Amino acid sequence: MKERLNIRLKKNSAAKKITLLLAVVASLIVFLMLFGLFVRARPILAVKSFSELFFSTSWHPLRGEFGFLPFIMGTLWVTGASLILSVPFSLLTAIYLSEYAPRFIRDAAKPLIDLLAGIPSVVYGVWGVLIIVPFVSQYLAPLFGTFSSGYCILSGGIVLAIMIFPVITHVSIEVFSSIPYEIREAALALGATKWQTVKKVVLKKGRPGIMAAVVLGLSRAFGETMAVLMVVGNVAVVPKSAFEAGYPLPALIANNYGEMMSVPLYDSALMLAALVLLLVVLIFNIVARFILVKLERKSE
Amino acid sequence: MNKKKIEENIFKILMAFSTLTVIIILALIIGTIIWKGLPSLSLSMVTQVPKGGYYLGKEGGILNAIIGSLYLASGATLLAMLISLPIVIFLNMYTRKNSRIATFTRFSLDILWGVPSIVYGAFGFTLMIFIGLKASLLAGIMIVALLELPIMSRAMDEVIRMVPEELKEASYSLGATKLETALKVVVRQCLPGILTAILIAFGRGIGDAASVIFTAGFTDRIPTSLLQPAATLPLMIFFQLGTPFPEVQNRAYAASTILVILILIISLLSRILIKRYSRHKL
Repeated sequence: MKERLNIRLKKNSAAKKITLLLAVVASLIVFLMLFGLFVRARPILAVKSFSELFFSTSWHPLRGEFGFLPFIMGTLWVTGASLILSVPFSLLTAIYLSEYAPRFIRDAAKPLIDLLAGIPSVVYGVWGVLIIVPFVSQYLAPLFGTFSSGYCILSGGIVLAIMIFPVITHVSIEVFSSIPYEIREAALALGATKWQTVKKVVLKKGRPGIMAAVVLGLSRAFGETMAVLMVVGNVAVVPKSAFEAGYPLPALIANNYGEMMSVPLYDSALMLAALVLLLVVLIFNIVARFILVKLERKSE
Repeated sequence: MNKKKIEENIFKILMAFSTLTVIIILALIIGTIIWKGLPSLSLSMVTQVPKGGYYLGKEGGILNAIIGSLYLASGATLLAMLISLPIVIFLNMYTRKNSRIATFTRFSLDILWGVPSIVYGAFGFTLMIFIGLKASLLAGIMIVALLELPIMSRAMDEVIRMVPEELKEASYSLGATKLETALKVVVRQCLPGILTAILIAFGRGIGDAASVIFTAGFTDRIPTSLLQPAATLPLMIFFQLGTPFPEVQNRAYAASTILVILILIISLLSRILIKRYSRHKL
């Protein structure tokens, strides 16, 4: 009898140790990633100067020239375009669903937004090629009096905007729902209209949270690969307008995995690109999560 | 009407409009893919592997990619589950709710969630060089499991967190250890929620392309061992769409239809499970 109790207690304390170990290891994966990518990126960092890598537009791996500027600019253009398109829609939808919509619409819309988040990025890419690319080249570009093949920054931005919409909306709804109802009631009791309450109370109180939501969407857009790669054109020049092709960093990495081992320093350059992506996304995420954790603490 | 009212009404219309737009876009995406893909979907596509000249428009199917994706996503989901469940049990049973280590682990998992899948792929590549592994099913499973880990463990954590303290205490008072309480009471109570988390992670795993480019490789054959490369549906779609032949592009649409239907089934199943779960709720 005592023997058995001992075994049960031993199992329990073994489980405690194992689960603790796994939790610690999982927490350290991010650092492992940084370290692994840094080790592989070091060869190119050792022979090229910082400005040569990040401020040169000359990308000729065969000649040993690795200027990342076109790709960095491509990433910024696409991400910027997606934010401009997505943020108004996401915020309006989030306000509607959390403040105005009747219950049945809310219950119906949430799973649909989740579904939008669950669609694989390659499917977004296929859809972009089928619908957005022709739409941009046949309607939007002529409307603005220019020509575009459709495989351009704007197409990438539109597809990305749809992909980051669920992220921004979801986080914003959570932020709004963490604002206590009493504050709204107080505003309404002072004679404010519903919209004034939303504008002056909910949006004001929720501002840090909204910022966090947008930053999370931004970092998702920053690293998105397949869907953008399929519609953005992939030409390694600094784009001058949204109707020109671009070549974002993630697309660069994904497109050249095949050749990178046969050209000296090529693999190192691509790992450096991945390291840069990871660093930027980490900074964005850490800032956003800090804000959200703080908000959660406050509301508890 | 005064100005305040007009402003409110304009915004109300805008809000309803944007919500509606998004739902229409969702319908448009699913509708377009199925409408373009369904005509090209045939029995030979899902029962054959690519034959010679397949990418030029000749005979064959995408069975290699379907099986490859199922192997890959199942293996990765299983592996992710074996890591996630203990982590979640640790977070909710062996440490206080707001202990420093629990906060840090949750924070790290949230950060990991935000890491783009192409970075997972690149990291997988460095890892494979380090341990001397070639592009293979095994390497793909490892990296996709890593990708699924934060999604699955945070989703599980959300449900297990909701288990009332009294339920655990009732179990302790009967003399159960924490481990026994975790496995026989908490996990059982949350089973539908846990299954939902697993399903969501599986859906993410089967749809991801950027992380498997480097790690799982691509092949026209169905892998027979963990050390062989494996084709995956998303990459199959990508490669087929990249060819200049309309017949082959049509097959890319058909393959997308298969992927979308899979995702719809997963999403529906998890909805049903969530409903079930709320019925069990204490």
